[in-house]
Formats: sequence, structure tokens, C-alpha cells
Amino acid sequence: MSPMTFLQEALAYIFTAANWGGPAGLTARILEHLQYTFVAVVFSAIVAIPLGMLIGHTGKGTFLVVTGVNALRALPTLGVLLLGVLLWGLGLIPPTVALMLLGIPPLLAGTYSGIANVDPLVVDAARSMGMTEKRILLRVETPNALPLILSGLRTATLQIVATATVAAYASLGGLGRYLIDGIKVREFYLALVGALLVTALALILDGLLAFSVWVSVPGSGRLRRMPQPFISDEVALESRSPAKPSTAVRAQRASITVDE
Amino acid sequence: MQYLFTHLDALWTLTVIHLRLSLVPILLGLIIAVPLGALVQRTTALRRITTLTASIIFTIPSLALFVVLPLIIPTRILDEANVIVALTLYTVALLVRAVPEALDAVSPAVLDAATAVGYKPLVRMLKVELPLAIPVLIASLRVVAVTNISMVSVGSVIGIGGLGTWFTEGYQANKSDQIVAGIIAIFVLAVVIDTLIMLAGKALTPWTRAGRPNRVKAVTG
Repeated sequence: MSPMTFLQEALAYIFTAANWGGPAGLTARILEHLQYTFVAVVFSAIVAIPLGMLIGHTGKGTFLVVTGVNALRALPTLGVLLLGVLLWGLGLIPPTVALMLLGIPPLLAGTYSGIANVDPLVVDAARSMGMTEKRILLRVETPNALPLILSGLRTATLQIVATATVAAYASLGGLGRYLIDGIKVREFYLALVGALLVTALALILDGLLAFSVWVSVPGSGRLRRMPQPFISDEVALESRSPAKPSTAVRAQRASITVDE
Repeated sequence: MQYLFTHLDALWTLTVIHLRLSLVPILLGLIIAVPLGALVQRTTALRRITTLTASIIFTIPSLALFVVLPLIIPTRILDEANVIVALTLYTVALLVRAVPEALDAVSPAVLDAATAVGYKPLVRMLKVELPLAIPVLIASLRVVAVTNISMVSVGSVIGIGGLGTWFTEGYQANKSDQIVAGIIAIFVLAVVIDTLIMLAGKALTPWTRAGRPNRVKAVTG
């Protein structure tokens, strides 16, 4: 059979409505794949973002970031996943742990370098205006570091969605079922179905996150145009409150000069 | 741990396969990406097209690419050539974006100085611009090397050779010590290759290492 026949068969499979339903249908597999990806991304963000923010802000533990990131990158995900299954049994824990370890390095590196590279003049200005360290980190450094943090999130998501395919090897679901089973039973078009859908998923997620990076660039005002009631309320509150005392002070001064 | 030392022969054979599959693409990628990146650096339109194509290629998951590639070139999924072509594509995709960025970072004053002392464009590129771009290139190469090593190990789920086969064999035979041995072997391999590339970069750019003391010597002497 020529390669193109496989492609036609794969496309025919994808465009047959009957293949999308049921517990082992395409819809279910895509949702499983997204679930593994989402859970792993969230857990790696919970670990990596606060750690990166803390180390980036204090400058303590930079060595830990560099060594840790390099070491985690060298750790083979498949080995961790399969060892996890042998140790803890089947279930969601092994793929989550394995994929989380894959997502931590880019997120940690992105958050750390984002925070550490904020212009020190800006940070000093915030400090000299009397902002507490916590406020400096959350209100000054984090917004400035947002594009780099989100780029880290983008890389992490991309690697996790691509690698979540291997979950199928450990008897779990996801799009890897088509890819790995297709090769195992020598039905090449099925493997191709999995390959095409994983690629589509990766391209869509990457596009969405690339857009969020673009939106988050500080000073571009792109974020402000988004409906974000909480943040804009607080910004309005902050910009109003210092204005009031200053008018009061000016009025006081005026009255003093009049008195003299 | 025990498994590693009782299977040294297999360890050697698999390491050689693993290295061949992950490092040959790096060499091929360098040969393609460095001239290509240098060519498109100053042409905005070409550079944008190259960057876009590269980032789309880089987004394709490796397992998917191993499967899709035989549709485009006459290989079979498990051929070594298939894996090497796929990983070369990733290497090129990453480097072709890094090379122009590295060249952008070369100071215009240095370029003007080189032109002023009589370097023709091609010679200036080879003798001035590319050597100054080495540190950025090395940083990308390190990422590519570690990524390729891990992609080859993931490839074992569809039957690609290398140290990853210890994962699939160990899993099917329920032998966790074989999986642990595989993890250690791949981890060490990645760290060693990463360190070697870093050291090669340092050796190729002696000016970044001893710039200051030399200058002081030159002034006093």
C-alpha cells in the first residue's frame, strides 16, 4: 500500500462520526489526553511558579535553579512513568508525576529569569516608595515577568501534551492509544490517526498560549482591554486613594500660606 | 544499580545506538541550520517565514513525527534513518531560530571594525560573526542534545532502539531494577553530553574565559 492510502484511511477514520462517540471514541480519548495534560501542567505550575518567584526575588538559591533545571531535563519521562506504575500501580498518579517533572524545568526557568531580570531601577523605585517586599513581588515584578512566565508555561504545556502520549503504554487512555496500539497491531492508519490528532492538539494549545504571551506584554495595554473587574477595580482604588491626601495636603499648605 | 553492572555489554551496545540516534541529528542539524540561519538573518521576509515554519515543526510531537514522516520520505517508522531525519528536523527548527538571534547580538561596532580592516562579507561572517555567536549557539545545542536524548528514550514505546528499551523490557517483565538502571544510564548520558558540549564551547571561545587578565597583561607589558 502506498503511504497516501494510509493517510486517506486515517482521514476517513477521523471524519466518520461513529468513531467519535463511546467510551473509547475520539472525543473520550481527546478529553483524557487534555485531562492528563491539564492536571500535570497545573501541578508543575503549583511547584515551579512560587519557587521561581521566591528565588528570583531574593536571589538566593540561583544555583539550585540552574542545577535543578538541568538535572530534571536529563531525567527520562518514560522511565519515571513506568517505574511509577510498577511501584504505585496503574492510575493517574504515575503519569501526573512523570509529566509534572517534565513541566517543572521550563516553568521554573521562565519564572526565575522573568523575576530576576526585572529592571533593578524599577524594583528600587517601588521599594523607595514604601512598598512591602510582598507587594513588590506581586505588583511590580510579577506583571513585568508575565511574558516570560507564560512562555515557560507554553513550553511546559507543549512538552507535556506531546509526551502524554506515552500514558497509553501504561494501560491508560489518551491519544497515545491510537498511536501506540496502531503500531502494536500493525494498523498503520490508526497510528496515523493518533499522530495527526496529537499534532493538532499541540498546535492549537501552542497557538492559544502564544496569544496569551502576546497579550501579557507589560505596557502594551493589551491586558487592560480584557474584562478583568477585580484587577481594574483595585488599580482604580489605588490610583484614587493617594490622590485624596495629596489634595488635602495642598489645601493645608494653601491655608498655611494664607495664615502667614 | 546491580542491573547496570551485571549488564555492561548491553549497556555499551545500547548506549552506542542511543548516541548515534541522538547525536548524528545534531551534526546534520548544525550543517544545515548555521548557513541557513546566516543567510536569512538580514532578509526580514525570509527570516519570518523560516521562523514560522521552524516553530510549527518544533510543535509537532516527536512520536507523531516518527509516524508521519514515512508518508513524506521513503523510510519505515523504525528505520534508524527515519528517527535521524525526524530529530534532524527538530535540531534545524531550533537552531535556525537561534543562529540569526545570535548574529543579531554581535555588536555593530565590531562589524564596522572588521569591514574597516578589509574583511569581505563572507570572510567577515566566517571569521568574526559566527565565532562571536558561539556562546548562544552552544546554549541552544545543549538544549537540543538533552531533548534528543530524551526523545530517543521515549521512542522505545513504538520500538525504537537505544537505552529506552530497558524501560519497555523492564516494564513488561515487571523488573523495576532494569527501569532504574535505564533511568540512571540515560541521566548520566545526558549530563555527560551536556557537560562535553559546554566544555567544547569554552574551548572554542577562549576570549570569554581569560579576557580580563590578558588585557591587563597587555597593558602593563
